[in-house]
Amino acid sequence: MIKKEMIAMLLAGGQGSRLGVLTSKVAKPAVAFGGKYRIIDFPLSNCINSGVDTVGVLTQYQPLRLNTHIGIGIPWDLDRNIGGVAVLPPYEKSANTDWYTGTANAIYQNLDYMESFNPEYVLILSGDHIYKMDYEVMLDFHKEKGSDVTIAVMPVPLEEAKRFGILITDEDRKILDFEEKPDNPRSNLASMGIYIFSWKVLKEALIKRADQPGLDFGKHIIPYCYDKGLSLFAYEFNGYWKDVGTLDSYWDANMELIDVVPEFNLYEEYWKIYTKSEILPPQYISGGSVVERCIIGEGSCIYGKVYNSVIGCGVVIGENTIVRDSIIMNYAELGKDGEFNKAIIAEHTKIGDRVKMGFGEEVPNETDPHIYDKGIVTVGEKSVIPNDVTIGKNSVVFGITTAADYTNLTLASGKTLIKAGDEA
Amino acid sequence: MRAIGIILAGGNNHRMRELSQKRAIAAMPVAGSYRSIDFALSNMSNSHIQRVAVLTQYNSRSLNEHLSSSKWWDFGRKQGGLFVFTPTVTADNSSWYRGTADSIYQNLDFLKNSHEPYVVIASGDCVYKMDYNKLLEYHIAKKADITVVCKDLPEGTSVERYGTVQMDDDNRIEDFDEKPIMAKSNTISCGIYVVRRRQLIEMIEKSALEDRYDFVKDVLIRYKNLKRIYGYKITEYWRNIASVEDYFSTNMDFLKPEIRDYFFRQYPDVYSKVDDLPPAKYNVGANVRNSLISSGSIINGTVENSIIFKKVYVGNNCTIKDSIILNDVYIGDNTYIENCIVESRDTIRANSYHQGENGIKIVIEKNDRFIL
Repeated sequence: MIKKEMIAMLLAGGQGSRLGVLTSKVAKPAVAFGGKYRIIDFPLSNCINSGVDTVGVLTQYQPLRLNTHIGIGIPWDLDRNIGGVAVLPPYEKSANTDWYTGTANAIYQNLDYMESFNPEYVLILSGDHIYKMDYEVMLDFHKEKGSDVTIAVMPVPLEEAKRFGILITDEDRKILDFEEKPDNPRSNLASMGIYIFSWKVLKEALIKRADQPGLDFGKHIIPYCYDKGLSLFAYEFNGYWKDVGTLDSYWDANMELIDVVPEFNLYEEYWKIYTKSEILPPQYISGGSVVERCIIGEGSCIYGKVYNSVIGCGVVIGENTIVRDSIIMNYAELGKDGEFNKAIIAEHTKIGDRVKMGFGEEVPNETDPHIYDKGIVTVGEKSVIPNDVTIGKNSVVFGITTAADYTNLTLASGKTLIKAGDEA
Repeated sequence: MRAIGIILAGGNNHRMRELSQKRAIAAMPVAGSYRSIDFALSNMSNSHIQRVAVLTQYNSRSLNEHLSSSKWWDFGRKQGGLFVFTPTVTADNSSWYRGTADSIYQNLDFLKNSHEPYVVIASGDCVYKMDYNKLLEYHIAKKADITVVCKDLPEGTSVERYGTVQMDDDNRIEDFDEKPIMAKSNTISCGIYVVRRRQLIEMIEKSALEDRYDFVKDVLIRYKNLKRIYGYKITEYWRNIASVEDYFSTNMDFLKPEIRDYFFRQYPDVYSKVDDLPPAKYNVGANVRNSLISSGSIINGTVENSIIFKKVYVGNNCTIKDSIILNDVYIGDNTYIENCIVESRDTIRANSYHQGENGIKIVIEKNDRFIL
């Protein structure tokens, strides 16, 4: 008989539209992070390091990259005889076929998957945070308190609390009340979107509230459990936890990795972060190059000068090209004599010689001022940028561009150049 | 599947000096991320040879660790697999492997229980890429009994430590000298052979009956007039790690763009065990020129014309020049290292000075490491 004490359900179906063109072809959890990783590597590694060996990954938006990355879970040791990792996309049913309409709805549509492991507890995770957390300690807390639902929380500065779901607890961490993005927060404990449910409680709640459109954990399931008088507890987490939902926070979190002793340390011996490694060769740093305050992935070749940057695997940086405060993802190729300031360059991008980025005035972006800001230049995956182009701040390029797409080989600050379509 | 593979990885070699104290030559780290046996294993895998035996004896633990899973080379399939054979005591044998032919003889069941018609024999200490299928086709076309892979070394190279061959116009091997003092040719044997499986069983069994244990001396050379032995010349990169100097220069070859391109970028890839290490990190004060740096390393000092293996820490104000730093070495601040090979897992205290004069110095300090 199959029996797993706790299984995890990892929500990885969201687009993450605030990451702009970075997520136009991939789901947010599959976006590259920290040189060689993808965001989903962090919760997946946490699972296996916590002894959770059964993980359902719920996918919906642009799942191809995510599917190939996860495969059968070999990099995380999640290729198991029983359990392991399973990718769970929405599927057709005999009646009312639906996409996943909300976080809890996605879980509801996979009741059979969870049931097949006969679990005691179900851990709900989301695939868009960078952190190291031992879910087993959280489970111990859940058991010790005799809790029905345990919500992981994090103390945040009171002035920031209004951006989060806030939980009000007693001294024993029993949840007394909660409020969503309150104007006058009564507590500084923010929900991290990580839940442990006792299986029977979860199942009952999902079935009872199944008809709710856009069924969501924060909006519907937790209030349902609360109203029913179940015991809800808050588990306080004090480690590093970073939401990388916006380009700005994504850029910050990457840059924190290059501190001398980063708060989030990838070099610790225990609690390794695993990822699918495609390339093995060491990186080559040529004569005449500079690498200072940066991390660089396997197989990259650096002929230029790199400062304060996060460079992925298989990247080529041409002679005399200067890269500053930038994130260059896997397999991007940068030509010679260029200069890049605060650029985020996605995978498989090809950039010509003498290209300059991040110059000029800071002008708000013309199409999405809330996405492309803080002076960051963003280039989407598989884009091509011809020789001699200069690109201003807060601008975005996506697609195969030629000199004809630019005025005088210049894209001014705040401009958006997106060449969509299958040819792009 | 037309062939099975045997990789001879048993030997010790005194010319590797202290570097072979704790590992088999086949487990020597090469080019930052690999072990020397990865090249033979990847060649086998890329040539679709699925059943491979690794025969190992000397310091076999180092190799066993590296081969703990066969998945990295994509063996471990339902058909075939990777087999590591160390000597075992059985009802009718209590000897170590007394030679290469004996090591095959002691595992003759592996050959007998296979059904593939051919055997590719390779050694675990060579750095090269090769499609064994082409070799096999050549072997069949020549109707050869044994085909030996050969390479012309540049005129004037010392071939004293190789086996040399002389071939006729048809590439049939006429003469074979093992480690000659006066070489008659500069064509050397690369230690890679193809034999028909039944032929190999027959020859090995016969040698064993006569208490002969060496594949080259007692099989190849003895049979050279009786059997059709052909040479298959390769022109691509091939190096054998047989001495500290060879080892050093083979690694340094990877600083050349054409060699890196050949091994790292051109099809097919070379595979190795994945270590799940974070990207390499360069802090303020890092000054790296013309060097290979592997994952998990943290660099705070100057590195020039060197190969830094995985998980190496280079402290502040250090200078590493023309050197090889093997896996998991900690180098304290203000250290100067030139023309050295630093043994893996070593800890070099701050303010050390190591320079290889009149050749390469092997640094082994065995200091305790205090982990904060």
